[in-house]
Amino acid sequence: MKHLRAVNQKARRIDDFVTSAREDVVGLQGPPPPPKMRVPMGCTLIFTPGWEVDSAGGAAGLCQPLERDIYDCYVDCYWPAQVPDHLNNSADWASKCASATKDWRNLDLVFP
Amino acid sequence: MTVTEAVTYRLGEFHAFSAGSRRFLYLVPSGAIFELDTAAAAIVDRVGQNELSCDELLPDLIALGLSPADAAEVIDDLHQAHVLVSGAPAYEPTQIPPADFPLQTLVLNLTNQCNLSCQYCYEFGEDKVATPEGKPKFMDFETAKSSVDFLLEQSAGRRAVHITFFGGETLMNFPLLKQVVGYAKEQATAQSRSIDFSLTTNATLLTPAIIEFLSENRIGVTVSMDGPKEMHDKLRVFANGRGSYDILEPRVRALIQNHRTRPITARVTLTAGVTDVVRIFRHLKDELGFHEVGFAPVTTSPDRLYAINDRGMDGVLGQFKILADEYLEFALRGEMHGFSNVSDTLGELHQGISKSHPCGAGLGLVGVGPSGDIAPCHRFVDSDQHALGHVSTGIDREKQAGFLNRGHINAKYDCHNCWARPVCAGGCHHEAFVRYGDTGHPNLHYCDWIRDWTDTCLRIYGAIAAHRPEFLDYFAERKGQ
Repeated sequence: MKHLRAVNQKARRIDDFVTSAREDVVGLQGPPPPPKMRVPMGCTLIFTPGWEVDSAGGAAGLCQPLERDIYDCYVDCYWPAQVPDHLNNSADWASKCASATKDWRNLDLVFP
Repeated sequence: MTVTEAVTYRLGEFHAFSAGSRRFLYLVPSGAIFELDTAAAAIVDRVGQNELSCDELLPDLIALGLSPADAAEVIDDLHQAHVLVSGAPAYEPTQIPPADFPLQTLVLNLTNQCNLSCQYCYEFGEDKVATPEGKPKFMDFETAKSSVDFLLEQSAGRRAVHITFFGGETLMNFPLLKQVVGYAKEQATAQSRSIDFSLTTNATLLTPAIIEFLSENRIGVTVSMDGPKEMHDKLRVFANGRGSYDILEPRVRALIQNHRTRPITARVTLTAGVTDVVRIFRHLKDELGFHEVGFAPVTTSPDRLYAINDRGMDGVLGQFKILADEYLEFALRGEMHGFSNVSDTLGELHQGISKSHPCGAGLGLVGVGPSGDIAPCHRFVDSDQHALGHVSTGIDREKQAGFLNRGHINAKYDCHNCWARPVCAGGCHHEAFVRYGDTGHPNLHYCDWIRDWTDTCLRIYGAIAAHRPEFLDYFAERKGQ
């Protein structure tokens, strides 16, 4: 913290905590975060079928195919999976996939 | 879409103090100490008793020359550290220490017998809580062994543990002390752990051989001693009324000269007429050579002749402050002064301790009487009412929980709006029992005194932090590991 100098050990711990919390994500359920530009992220903000299991406990009967998830990683970027970089190198990676539920098979591997 | 409501800020709980031109806050209940810069200080002053929004505070900061972004950061810093708070007070559930809290220290009362008859003694005096009738007067080796085993077993996870030998007069059972040191070292070594020892004594029975043993085994020694002869002999007397000063003085000198492995401490009990703290300190520190001298007013009901009245306690505080200023001068030169009352408080302030209980009694520390009965601390040893079990059967968890729940800061409503509660937590359980008949009663008779003394120590702490911060490294190591 710039305007409060931590003097004793407890103050240093609070300072460390505040600093790390500021540089990290904040929970949306907690008290209002400090006034600062923030981007809401997270899987609870959007409806993404495919992360569940079906009534039999498997993945065969889901309303959307499991493989669709990889497309989500590409568009929303929230899942830390390796997907092609659609901004610079593979801008057309999803061009043959107009509808993920139908065309997901057209999402192919990328060989740099 | 995001909807933001206008947040208003008010001051959180803290005690403000300054050292020189620097301004500090001691935050409550965290115990954190922060130094304010000009902008932060301006906001604290501006908010005062009011409740103000960010928009009302920003102009003040911008007037100080801060950019709007910097100004917002000042407010955010203060808010994050809880110097400024907003919204309804948050509910904070009581934090109960875990039931299996490991022991750190065992106080072993080797005997409840004593060769002195000090009138104010909490073990035998008018306000005693002990009920030693029908119990052993001297601890035997079997009980001592069980006690050591009990300590090692109940301190799982601790690398180092500690035994304090106590009495009665500890040295009246010196043969057992020697045996315990041998046995405890052997057991600790077998478990690849370390154990160290200290003892409290009236020093009248010290011999060269005992001093040599204490030094060789690095046993810390605290001598109960009340000052120069005329003060010491007022209450620290043999059964025939004769003072004990002349007997112990040469022995204390020999102890300080020959025990070179640990600092030797004097522990002074202040009573009516024995309140010349500076004179006592000079005698014990400069004339006898003690490394550390600590003072505590006698624990007593208020109507005893030797009880110190309020005016007397104010005088004690005044003298404490003289020594505290001296302590600061020493510290700024990088030297140890020896006034334990300051060192102890500085150590707690440096850590930023925030106590659930006034001390470790019944938690990390227990006392064991000659019979093997477990007490919350040495002051409750041999008291049936306060017993918490026996070393052979362990701690009675129900009784322990009762004792700890009563003594918890959350149960002491009078303390809840006091800024000194992180370090005081209501004060000594034993003092509370003697004064109010309840170990969980806050010691209301010395609240002002504690606040004044804590403020004095905070200002010393601030001055050291500002001008010689490396001195505080001395306090950096935590006591319990």
